[in-house]
Amino acid sequence: MTAVRLEVSNEGGGTVISLAGPLTATALAPVWTRAVDAARRAGDGLAIDVAGAELVDTSGAALLLALERDHPGRIEWRGLGEKPTQLMARLRAAVPNGVTAKVPARTVTRTSVWQTFLIRVTFFGETILATLSLPGKLRFLRGGNFFRLVERAGTQAMPLVGMMGFLIGMILAFQSAIPMRQFGADIYVAALVSLSLFRELGPLLGAVILAGRTGSAFAAELGTMVVNEEVAALTTMGIDAETMLVIPRMAAAMVVMPALALGVDIAGVLGMGLVMMILGFPPSAILNQIQMATGPYDLLLGLFKAVVFGAAIGLIGCRAGLTAGGGPRAVGEAATSAVVGGIVVTILLDGLFAVIFYRLGL
Amino acid sequence: MSGAGAPAIVVDHAGQSFGGRVIFEDVSFTVATGEVFVVLGGSGCGKSTLLNQMIGLLTPTKGRITVGGHDVVARVAAVRREIGVMFQSGALFGSMTLLENVMLPLVMFTDLPARARAEIARIKLAMVGLAEAVNLLPSEISGGMAKRAAIARALALDPPILFLDEPSAGLDPITGAGLDRLILDLRATLDCTFVVVTHELQSIFAIADRCVMLDRAARGMIALGEPRDLQQSSTHPTVRAFFNRDAQ
Repeated sequence: MTAVRLEVSNEGGGTVISLAGPLTATALAPVWTRAVDAARRAGDGLAIDVAGAELVDTSGAALLLALERDHPGRIEWRGLGEKPTQLMARLRAAVPNGVTAKVPARTVTRTSVWQTFLIRVTFFGETILATLSLPGKLRFLRGGNFFRLVERAGTQAMPLVGMMGFLIGMILAFQSAIPMRQFGADIYVAALVSLSLFRELGPLLGAVILAGRTGSAFAAELGTMVVNEEVAALTTMGIDAETMLVIPRMAAAMVVMPALALGVDIAGVLGMGLVMMILGFPPSAILNQIQMATGPYDLLLGLFKAVVFGAAIGLIGCRAGLTAGGGPRAVGEAATSAVVGGIVVTILLDGLFAVIFYRLGL
Repeated sequence: MSGAGAPAIVVDHAGQSFGGRVIFEDVSFTVATGEVFVVLGGSGCGKSTLLNQMIGLLTPTKGRITVGGHDVVARVAAVRREIGVMFQSGALFGSMTLLENVMLPLVMFTDLPARARAEIARIKLAMVGLAEAVNLLPSEISGGMAKRAAIARALALDPPILFLDEPSAGLDPITGAGLDRLILDLRATLDCTFVVVTHELQSIFAIADRCVMLDRAARGMIALGEPRDLQQSSTHPTVRAFFNRDAQ
């Protein structure tokens, strides 16, 4: 296809804009701005000659209308065929006030912080009510679904949990062995790392993995159900979404979270043990240190925290999904909100537990 | 671009099967330039499969299809420059406004300045009656508006051939009739060839120059011609039942 040609000339004191070639969307780019500028600058006597135009599609007609709109005076059309004339008349009728490239500002209604807070409190309250009324709604729960959720959130996450726990244990052992060796206290690395893992890092790392893998998946899954009106269908059938969708997911997260934390603990201790053996400590000395520094209650406190973290992450993931707006972007935003919210709330709860355990002397 | 007088589309003994399951076979017809051609038939007869073959999303397991003079298998890129497609759901991008949806092909395939792209996109939306909705997101408009916006996006680069998949499905009769009028109006204004997949009888009579009817039981086409002729003179029981709304 040939290129569009634009010529601007003077004729008897007036301006003539000549356009030749195919006036189509893919060909107009080189001449659009120059043609519009020429029309704007032209005096009263402007003629637009399109006799050489091989084809005028709607984009070509859009250019001709832009010239017409941007020229302040009268225009003499030359060589405008019957079809382009009809097309321009059709477009003028569609946009009686003239179309400009200026797009009206888009008004976006944003949810205020207070409204967001109310939505979250309402969701939390509805979930508590759904949990309390669960004995009368057991038929809404599907056991197979619960076990599938446990498998996805727990079993399938174990390799990742094991790898992260092992590496964290190794890193902690290496990093703390260097300064502690200066005091001849590197044998206590085993006690330090195992205590850190059981009480803090096991539940915390498990929670980060749960929020990243499972919280986001809950939000995306439920968000898609909202967008596809599946949640509305449940509601109109008299099935409350909290009972059928939220409680199984929250319960699954609560069940798998201690297992994930325990996975991080065990893998971390193994990683730490490997480093300690590389540093020359026999396994018996390492085990002896772990036994002396930690007790069953350290492990149990960590697992208790893990259950609470699991409930929070499950709840936040479901809330993010069920309050998603419309369209694919809303699903993405829900998944992001689930991960960010899950991690932030986990750390806040961890801080709260630290204060409570300190006050209780645990 | 297909030349004047040459057929816009030639479907030559096309067939499609998935594994051992035959959807249809031996489907042949031509669509003349400037024609509104309807593909019709009951659910599961392969209408959408045939559409997907014609737009190059599915390779026919038998036969040959040319669109705008190009083989859809060997020269799919050339075919795509000749066509615009409106999918059944509209398939608008949810994160973009209607204007941005229509501007997308202009951004991707032209070097037009931003102002020109916006101007052209607004004109396309005005042509389909959405001049006031340019700044809305797809989630903020009705089903009928979404279909109109999808037609505007399909028209963005002024393709000579437009494929519309179930344009009036799920719409009320008034909105559906409005879309039919829009199709006829666009055909008159733009000289486009339209291939419309539908099973809406009112639409078929309103817009179709000719139609082909597929049938699941026959695994192929059972009628080809003008809708009125088929209604009055076809002896095939399924065709008669379809056009006369008889339950089988």
